[in-house]
Amino acid sequence: MTRTIAAREGAGVVQLEAEVIGNVAAGSYRHLTLVTPGLAELARPGQFVALSVGDGTSSMLLRRSFSIHKVSPAGTYGGTTEIVVAAHGAGTRLLTALEPGESVGVIGPLGRGFPLPAQPVPCVLVGGGYGSAPLFWLAEQLRERGCAVEMVLGAASADRLFGVVEARRVGDGVTVTTDDGSVGVRGWVSDVVPDLIESTGAAVVYGCGPMGMLRSLSAIADEHGIVAQVAVEEAMACGIGVCMTCVMPVRDESGTTSMVRSCLDGPVFRGDRVRWEAFEDGYCRVPEDAVGAPTVVR
Amino acid sequence: MSTPAPAVDMSVDIGGVRLPSPMMTASGCAANGREIHRFIDITALGAFVTKSVKLDPVSGRGTPRMAETPSGMLNSIGLQGPGVRAFVEKDLAWLHSIGARVIVSIAGNTASEFARVARTIVRSRYASAVAALEVNISCPNVANRGLVFACDPAGAHKVLTLVREEVPRGLPMVAKLSPDVTDIVEIADVVLRAGAHGLTMINTTLGVAIDTDRLRPHLVAATGGLSGPAIRPTAVRAIWQVAGAMREGRIRAAPIVGVGGVRHGTDALELVAAGATAIQVGTAAFNDPSAPHRVGVELEQLVADRGFERLADVVGIAHERFTA
Ligand SMILES: Cc1cc2nc3c(=O)[nH]c(=O)nc-3n(C[C@H](O)[C@H](O)[C@H](O)COP(=O)(O)OP(=O)(O)OC[C@H]3O[C@@H](n4cnc5c(N)ncnc54)[C@H](O)[C@@H]3O)c2cc1C
Ligand SMILES: Cc1cc2nc3c(=O)[nH]c(=O)nc-3n(C[C@H](O)[C@H](O)[C@H](O)COP(=O)(O)O)c2cc1C
Ligand code: FES
Repeated sequence: MTRTIAAREGAGVVQLEAEVIGNVAAGSYRHLTLVTPGLAELARPGQFVALSVGDGTSSMLLRRSFSIHKVSPAGTYGGTTEIVVAAHGAGTRLLTALEPGESVGVIGPLGRGFPLPAQPVPCVLVGGGYGSAPLFWLAEQLRERGCAVEMVLGAASADRLFGVVEARRVGDGVTVTTDDGSVGVRGWVSDVVPDLIESTGAAVVYGCGPMGMLRSLSAIADEHGIVAQVAVEEAMACGIGVCMTCVMPVRDESGTTSMVRSCLDGPVFRGDRVRWEAFEDGYCRVPEDAVGAPTVVR
Repeated sequence: MSTPAPAVDMSVDIGGVRLPSPMMTASGCAANGREIHRFIDITALGAFVTKSVKLDPVSGRGTPRMAETPSGMLNSIGLQGPGVRAFVEKDLAWLHSIGARVIVSIAGNTASEFARVARTIVRSRYASAVAALEVNISCPNVANRGLVFACDPAGAHKVLTLVREEVPRGLPMVAKLSPDVTDIVEIADVVLRAGAHGLTMINTTLGVAIDTDRLRPHLVAATGGLSGPAIRPTAVRAIWQVAGAMREGRIRAAPIVGVGGVRHGTDALELVAAGATAIQVGTAAFNDPSAPHRVGVELEQLVADRGFERLADVVGIAHERFTA
């Protein structure tokens, strides 16, 4: 059974014990459908949900975050939220094993979604692995605004692609890349994106996927003088802005860099605002010019 | 059918300030209020405890600054914050505007920096929202190259002495202690002698997690503070030892704010029975943002179920019922 735990008037977010009504395979991922009354009406593409692992006695205390793939405001079950989950570690293994009828703690919608262009301009949408999950809903909204939508889906291998069939439905064109060449073009999404930007005259690149991919999309967008809007993944303990674990160095309009919370100010950032050079070998260091950065003691 | 509403007096006294509820957020685990106020009404808590604020803006450490551990987590946030002036104008102003009772957690690199932060808070135009100051002496003392004030009796004494000079009469000053010391009773004694009106126990305890794929420390800072249910026995132990010393008259009696691994009402009851007057909920709020409120409801029911009419009657009761 689904049960609302906390949602203060006008807060724009709900906390629920949500019933799982679907869990089906999608390549090497699981596609979960959750009953989430009140959440669907609030959500926008690019926002995410934070799921708890196990009940109030679980030894895994921290929530796991997942992009919202799709919401349906009022189906047979009331509002539902769909997510695509890769079994990565112990927590996601438990979540991907949830059976219909079981329940899971959900908080959402969280973060800021993808900004939509004011004008009907061509857009290129790039998803890496499960990172394509939020892009189909985004594509629909862009098309409704008259934007032409070119989709690029990339993954290590064919089984790690998500939504190729759906992309054909919502995109004006679809390119698939795999590292091993098992399907589509052999190589990375960054190998095909520059040509697509040029051929479509794209004004915006939207990206969701691994950090390395987002970094190169941002560089490509810069080279073409256009904007990249990328949804990042930084390790999050709470997802709601109270713990300060999810920070990244990001510049504001005036050029000042601060360590901002990616769960609250993101997960979508303009690619040219992120200080990508601070990320190296799994660590992200505080740039020396960031607000409040430690002064080097000699 | 429905259980009758428990009629328990849950009010608490922290160094002369009366709070309607024992429940508080833990410093650093609820930011400065706005985000968690979307889930619970923070004005209904006994007090809202802010993230520790320092004099100047602090970026905190790089990432990863968090690692999940069994029933807990390690963090090395590094006291990220906007600095006390921005804190007053933005955060304290907002807390004041909604009518929250605020315990401002203060920190500093030197004893005099603590005092300047305290001065800025108590002289600000929003000082009426401040119910107490919590002096976080459990953060590293940069001037002494990584020494923590709470591990150094002389340093702890100096911080509390200087802060006390800034605090007006009637505003309690609570010292937050680290469990990472040989004798926590000694440190409690020192800060109480320096004028602390109460103690908060405990801050996180130092740990390291190794990334077993890369075979190097998971946190960019290598070490981090362990929190969550994993440290509850350590918190209960610290409270037990210090409350015991107070009962035996070895140190001055003062209220203890219990914190460490509280996730459910029974956890809070454990800390209360060991000697805690009030309860803070930290890491559990990352899992359930309603926890600081929910635990209070559960605690009230548990106290009623055991036949007590006042929470105060349960504080430290385990000492009376313990016959060794
Ligand atoms: C905004 C956002 C959207 C995401 N969307 C999706 C999605 O649609 N589908 C999907 O499969 N995964 C998504 N992820 C990644 C997913 O959250 C992690 O794979 C998952 O948290 C790993 O948990 P675990 O227990 O399996 O791994 P563990 O490594 O055991 O997790 C330990 C801790 O580290 C955190 N953590 C570990 N890896 C990541 C990561 N890559 N990103 C963030 N936190 C991490 C966990 O949340 C947990 O707190 C998203 C992450 C973020 C931040
Ligand atoms: C992410 C995080 C940040 C914290 N920041 C602070 C802080 O700024 N000041 C402080 O006194 N304690 C801080 N703490 C410690 C908590 O207030 C609390 O003492 C500790 O986490 C134990 O309680 P818990 O197990 O309920 O979390 C922090 C803890 C965590 C997990
Ligand atoms: S995940 Fe806690 S502040 Fe962002």
